[in-house]
Amino acid sequence: MRKEILDISQLDKSLLHELDAYIDSLKGDKQEQLIHVLHRAQELFGHLPYNVQLYVAHALKLSGAKVNGVVTFYSFFNEEPTGKYTISVCMGTACFVKGADKVLERILKLTKTKKNEMSEDGLFTIKDVRCIGACGLAPIVTVNDKVYGKVKVNEVDGILEKYRGDHHEN
Amino acid sequence: MKTNSLDSLKTWAKSVRSDSEFRITILACAGTSCLSSESDLIIEMLQAKIDEHNLNGEVNLKKVGCLRFCGEGPIMFIEPDNITYVRVAIKDVDDIFTKHILEGTTITRLLYTSKKNELIESYENMNFFKKQFRIALRNVGDIDPRNIDEYVAQDGYKALGMSLLEKTPDEVIKIVKESGLRGRGGGGFPTGLKWAYTAAVKSDEKYVICNADEGDPGAFMDRSIIEGDPHSLIEAMTIAGYAIGANQGYIYIRAEYAISLEPLNIALNQAKEHGLLGENIFGTDFSFDIGIKLGAGAFVCGEETALIRSMEGHRGEPDKKPPYPSESGFRGKPTSVNNVETFVNVPAIILNGAEWFASFGTERSKGTKVFALAGNVKNIGLVEVPMGTTLREIIFDIGGGHPENKTIKAVQIGGPSGGVITEEYFDTPIDYDSLTAIGAMMGSGGLIVMDEDSDMVEIAKFYLDFTQDESCGKCTPCRIGTKRMFEILERLTNMEGEPADLERLETLGYNIKNTSLCGLGQTAPNPVLSTMKFFKEEYEAYAYRTKRTSYAIEGKKCIGCTKCARVCPVNCITGKVREIHTIDESACIACGACYDACPTQAILKP
Ligand SMILES: Cc1cc2nc3c(=O)[nH]c(=O)nc-3n(C[C@H](O)[C@H](O)[C@H](O)COP(=O)(O)O)c2cc1C
Ligand code: SF4
Ligand code: SF4
Ligand code: SF4
Ligand code: FES
Repeated sequence: MRKEILDISQLDKSLLHELDAYIDSLKGDKQEQLIHVLHRAQELFGHLPYNVQLYVAHALKLSGAKVNGVVTFYSFFNEEPTGKYTISVCMGTACFVKGADKVLERILKLTKTKKNEMSEDGLFTIKDVRCIGACGLAPIVTVNDKVYGKVKVNEVDGILEKYRGDHHEN
Repeated sequence: MKTNSLDSLKTWAKSVRSDSEFRITILACAGTSCLSSESDLIIEMLQAKIDEHNLNGEVNLKKVGCLRFCGEGPIMFIEPDNITYVRVAIKDVDDIFTKHILEGTTITRLLYTSKKNELIESYENMNFFKKQFRIALRNVGDIDPRNIDEYVAQDGYKALGMSLLEKTPDEVIKIVKESGLRGRGGGGFPTGLKWAYTAAVKSDEKYVICNADEGDPGAFMDRSIIEGDPHSLIEAMTIAGYAIGANQGYIYIRAEYAISLEPLNIALNQAKEHGLLGENIFGTDFSFDIGIKLGAGAFVCGEETALIRSMEGHRGEPDKKPPYPSESGFRGKPTSVNNVETFVNVPAIILNGAEWFASFGTERSKGTKVFALAGNVKNIGLVEVPMGTTLREIIFDIGGGHPENKTIKAVQIGGPSGGVITEEYFDTPIDYDSLTAIGAMMGSGGLIVMDEDSDMVEIAKFYLDFTQDESCGKCTPCRIGTKRMFEILERLTNMEGEPADLERLETLGYNIKNTSLCGLGQTAPNPVLSTMKFFKEEYEAYAYRTKRTSYAIEGKKCIGCTKCARVCPVNCITGKVREIHTIDESACIACGACYDACPTQAILKP
């Protein structure tokens, strides 16, 4: 276990203020609301680096180990930074039956990444998610908030290129 | 304005302008599936046209929850014309406004085409809807979920008023017991009994919890209810609070459903404004509030003791039962945990009586069940049917059978805890006990149809991958055992397995089932054991390594159209125009693109 020494020098102070304000606004037992606080922190910082976890621990008077235990338990929380575009491949059963695994494999191959790891160029993080409730359009891929339905393996190249292109234009 | 009597509720209901008072009402689906096809933009554009022409007094465009036929979305129902439009796109907005709304002509290209190639104008005449019967989904798709008036006009909150003003808590529990309602979250435990147990424990604080974790990766019923009819859930939880003596409720909802929270939060606020939630509900001395707790992506948190741990801010690891939550649950206090679909049946039961509810269904399974029908079936969407309906009716009458008339070999029911049901059992009536008798289970409502091309070993591997990933790790058989099972399945599908692996899978499977602490581990091997039982030969093809792993072309069917070669992402198909094509099997990544592209079905699946 690492020593629990909080170092906020690298963290954006205004985001920390926002997090403080959120924690202050909570009613009732605050420790019990750790998961909500972590959701808010991840919204603000994009992911939950070690020092953000410790910051939350201090604020809620919990041990760092306790907070880290919760962060690592739930798949929604990321300790590592994520790419500019999060590509989620729905791995719900309906999508799987319609070949989502092949789509995922192709995306991982083309971005040269593993699941939940950021691609080297910082553009993509690829995740598999469970049923998003759009089984009628299986298989589904979402890129940030944009939904692609009935995705075919040979369409993947085009979708990725589009985001690579958008990125270069900026 | 606070509502404090059934009379004032009635006056309110009467004052709501009903759909029939408009010249035209359009129910436009903004359920998850339709939203994914830009239905929100379509609705916005249509509303802009209505505004522009000052037609809001006569044209009533409503953004509603799931209209159930998700596979044909975005969907619109138009009343009183009784016209249903499917697969509506942005480019259709002008025509819908000018041709339909202004000129009153039906746009035939937006009508549904049946399997027999007939155009069908109204949803009422579509097989998908004919055998459905709605109790749980009674308001979903009919009302604007963001407008409490519409819910009240459908007798909303009347059951709550009747309970608080005219019945004792015991009488409410008695009605729920007599209705025969059983839990829709998978276990099938009698709801009235659960409430009675929780009511019987003396405590200064008690809790009502709604399980909206919806963990089955092939299901979206609960989400559709929360998004399409949030007031029903609020009303039902408040009735439960009154019945068991709780003043606080929580909805535990999975993080991925964060967008479902918007209509839910609006509904909670509206209910409070009207004195239907919060302090002194209906002017009585009963107070009840509802809070929201977010999950964070852990399947095991659907299990009630893990859910409670998670709500308390901990890792969601299950606890031993007993004690049951009804004795010692959230914060150590008596707690009743019920599923979303279970809850929303309650107001209908109070309004219409226990006998009415018990008149639907079978001997020991009353009422209806909602399924999320998907996979290799023509009609995809939400299906609510009376208990006792057969699988065959769901797959072939409602579902329309296979889209290309291939053979359907099985359905998977019950998600990662469930198993497959094969053709020979399709006439089994769907109820808790008949399904258990054939070695399957009701589960929470995921129903996935699989055709002759589906690889059952891959399907089983898919579920095991899911459960081994989701195991909380508290007990060894589940944590290590499911990993081992998954590894064996991987070995098999990589053609590196051996016949003895089949025995290992079975032994491991039974061991995990018998020694795991919670329902996750106890049921995790089911998808493997059940596919092994019915599709042994598919396992053997892998174990004896006789299975082909790449796609191939059946020479005599190939017409040399080159379509397959053009779609192959790894360019491993060669052949000249009008000559037989061939696949380089060593390079094929088995993506299936060629299979979908071939006009003559010349491509063989592995
Ligand atoms: C691994 C596991 C996952 C579960 N997931 C859910 C779920 O997502 N939703 C649900 O309502 N019940 C789920 N349950 C069942 C709950 O433990 C509990 O029985 C249910 O919420 C009780 O409500 P009901 O009686 O209304 O069905 C799950 C059980 C297990 C063992
Ligand atoms: S059976 Fe699995 S999920 Fe359940 S408590 Fe044990 S390890 Fe955790
Ligand atoms: S399955 Fe995919 S990779 Fe294999 S031949 Fe067909 S298109 Fe090419
Ligand atoms: S698509 Fe079918 S018919 Fe056309 S070349 Fe390929 S295998 Fe032959
Ligand atoms: S989401 Fe529109 S029909 Fe289901």
